[in-house]
Amino acid sequence: MSVRVGKTDRAAAFPVAAKTALKNDQLRANVRRATDTIRGKRALRVEEMPDWQQLRDTASAIKAHTLRHLDEYLVEFEKNCELAGGKVHWARDADEANAIAIGLIRQYSEGNSHVEVIKVKTMTSDEVQMNVALEAAGITPIETDLADMIVQMGHDEPSHIVVPALHRNRFEVRDLFRETMHRPELTAEPEDLTGAARAYLRERFLKVKIGVSGANFAIAETGGVCVVESEGNGRMCLTMPDVLISLIGVEKVIPRFEDLEVFLQLLPRSATGERMNPYNSLWCGVHAGDGPKAFHVILLDNGRTKLLHDEMERETLECIRCGACLNACPVYRETGGHAYGSIYSGPIGAILSPQLQSLEHSRSLPYASTLCGACYEVCPVKINIPEILIHLRGRVVREDQATLGGKLAVENLAMQGAAAAFQSQRRYEAAQRLAQAGQMLFRKGDQLENLPGMAGGWTKYRDLKAIPKQSFRDWWKSRSKGASA
Amino acid sequence: MRISLFVACYNDTLFPETGVAVTRVLERLGHTVEFPLAQTCCGQMHYNTGYHREAVPLVRRFVEMFRDAEVVCVPSASCVAMMREHYLMMAEAENDSAFLADVKSLLPRVFEFSELLANRLQTEDVGATFAHSVTYHPSCHSLRMLHVGDAPVRLLRQVRGLTLLELPKKEQCCGFGGTFAVKNADVSVAMLAEKQGCVVETGAEVVTALDNSCLMQIYGGLHRAGSAVRTMHIAEILASEGAAL
Amino acid sequence: MSDAREVILGRIRAAVGGAPDRVAYDQIGREYQRKGSLDREACLHLLKDRLLDYDSEILEVGSEAEIGGAVEEALRRAGEHSVLVAEAFPKNWLPSAAEVVVDAALATEQLDGLGTVLTTCEAAVAATGTIILVHEGAQGRRAVTLLPDHHICVLARQQVVETVPEALAAISSSRRMAMTTISGPSATSDIEMTRIRGVHGPRRLSVVLYGE
Repeated sequence: MSVRVGKTDRAAAFPVAAKTALKNDQLRANVRRATDTIRGKRALRVEEMPDWQQLRDTASAIKAHTLRHLDEYLVEFEKNCELAGGKVHWARDADEANAIAIGLIRQYSEGNSHVEVIKVKTMTSDEVQMNVALEAAGITPIETDLADMIVQMGHDEPSHIVVPALHRNRFEVRDLFRETMHRPELTAEPEDLTGAARAYLRERFLKVKIGVSGANFAIAETGGVCVVESEGNGRMCLTMPDVLISLIGVEKVIPRFEDLEVFLQLLPRSATGERMNPYNSLWCGVHAGDGPKAFHVILLDNGRTKLLHDEMERETLECIRCGACLNACPVYRETGGHAYGSIYSGPIGAILSPQLQSLEHSRSLPYASTLCGACYEVCPVKINIPEILIHLRGRVVREDQATLGGKLAVENLAMQGAAAAFQSQRRYEAAQRLAQAGQMLFRKGDQLENLPGMAGGWTKYRDLKAIPKQSFRDWWKSRSKGASA
Repeated sequence: MRISLFVACYNDTLFPETGVAVTRVLERLGHTVEFPLAQTCCGQMHYNTGYHREAVPLVRRFVEMFRDAEVVCVPSASCVAMMREHYLMMAEAENDSAFLADVKSLLPRVFEFSELLANRLQTEDVGATFAHSVTYHPSCHSLRMLHVGDAPVRLLRQVRGLTLLELPKKEQCCGFGGTFAVKNADVSVAMLAEKQGCVVETGAEVVTALDNSCLMQIYGGLHRAGSAVRTMHIAEILASEGAAL
Repeated sequence: MSDAREVILGRIRAAVGGAPDRVAYDQIGREYQRKGSLDREACLHLLKDRLLDYDSEILEVGSEAEIGGAVEEALRRAGEHSVLVAEAFPKNWLPSAAEVVVDAALATEQLDGLGTVLTTCEAAVAATGTIILVHEGAQGRRAVTLLPDHHICVLARQQVVETVPEALAAISSSRRMAMTTISGPSATSDIEMTRIRGVHGPRRLSVVLYGE
């Protein structure tokens, strides 16, 4: 019984992974172009909404209310979904979710030796590594979102919540498609590549009997599920198979159908800068003569309920996965998503991953931010990401300080020393004088060079003016003396 | 007005000229400046790095020291952001009603330097002369936490001889971020490279901001690259009476 | 497996059971715009602007009697000669010069071979250029509106509302139906953020606007 988020257990700490990413000029150019484009479109579409802030306020209030009553709303959803002909399963963690999915797929494909399932973009399935589990069980998952196809064909990891393949350019995609689809004549024109994806998937949409999806919203009042998409692959996966399995994080539930009027305005504008994305699909259980004959929901915990205890941490679960914080983040802009070592990258990943799964590498994530606040400003549900980052930093420090190694770590000693100095004028002024004198070891003209320890991270890349001989308080004292003399 | 100056520990030690400039501007406008010598640090470095317990005594010290001030002037937007964003929350967690009451009463009297001038004192023309081209970097904390808006720009526009040049992508972070600059030095410098490029692109002689922390970062990049662009805190420009750079 | 449900619900109750309830559902503030502010004409103008912006085609007619002709025109422009409709589609709206295929529970393979589908819809949102189908009667089942490459949708002017909240209110009685909202043709921007029209859903969307 364990929480697992993607392949994070093998990830490097953020500063290490970021260093690798920073060397990849192609990746950085792709990420910049993509995030600049979406950011610009988003700004345009938000500007035309005079009630944007009011929508954010309501969205945040609905989510906060729902999470406070999550048990009631999940039970209500379960009841209504089953009344409509669906079946609800509950999964404590990744393994349990995968086991349920595999069990259902086997049950519905009895006698078939080669079983395929078609999938519509779901981050939650990446989170539980469902594709790995399916393959191990002899089931072939086929990703149908264009970007997810690119990621799957390249044996790659998603680098963005909404546009998972934004780190790839058209030439890379062309090469992948040529090889996987056996179409050596393909050009790098996006029209050509999109057409190839259409042709490649159409026959699978028609013949594969089982579909797997996630959900953007699960509606307690109706037991309905909503999937937001652009390409139509979602509609295909949700409509054409005989069996549909939807993996839904427990935080995706909203109370009522009318609440969609808030989220369907916020999500598309925040995610892709569209007034409305091309397609939204909603359904309740099974509909006679239309779409799948069997519908299963797997409600997933996988660490989410741990976040409910603390009011600030709980806010993390309000996320509607729009990716606006990634596009706005100046850190993500430089590194792309892979540096975060989790399928959840960028600012939201930096708070979500360490809370879902406490791992060594995720301890570096709360520090992967300058706290510039750009993420909070664009968040459609007003998650105060900088505040939560600081809160999580506090947790990392407290955990470190509980160990002898942590107590004796250079950073902790320096912080304790500084805190002590700041508590007394005498000690503070003494420290100032010590710094003024001590800097002589590193002084070259009016600059400091090759500082030791953490400060070395500064002088390695940046210049630094030497500490002036006279501090401000020295000036003030001498001035007062002059005045009284 | 009797104005108490909280200069910020890093300005006190590394950028004394900023404190001097703030004093000169306020005195030139006829105000009385006080500098309580027992002041040290607002606690931001500790708090933002996760040393929450260690930051509490520093907050108490600040509140104690300035409890009776008429107004407090702070030439650092990020210190003011620390106070406005976290002091109340910290005081609430301390379960000390007297402390909480002091924080509640003090916070509305604390102003970042440009806010104090343009909004509280309603003075835009501070009588400065600075015959140079300047570009203004709106620091993240001043922009998104203090919402100072165009207050600094209104002040700069009144400076005689000053040519204000628009900074491209001005709202993007410079990459400083306190301990981020050393914990994630590689990313910090990559972010700086873009900011630095934008500064140079303006052709300005001087880049200014409300925060010496951002300016230290921008200076670090510009100077390493051999650029002649100077970094100056806004107070130093507003204190200028036309002397050469 | 069954105790997973109890375990998860137990975890939630342990976490939020005693937490203060800041806002009850009915007290959630809704200060955003729930009603439109445009007059009828401006609202229709906005819808047309939004539809065109997302590459949809618009055919405007006056009375119901002209619908068949407009459909014929849409087919002609696309170079198509036959059209798929649900059994309940009004006979007097059918084009006279095209072959009409009625969806009598057609098999998937048959649907896939058809180029054009003709449906009605439940409502349309001017602010976002969205048409909403609840897949009953003449609106056709979901697969029918998905597999053909060209979707012609007949929309009455009185079905058009300005805002998303008004649209959801208008279809509230169908909230347990299968539902699809369509804003322009299928599209992707997954390759270098270049918007490409038509991936898996219909590549062409024509809206026939009729009535008062």
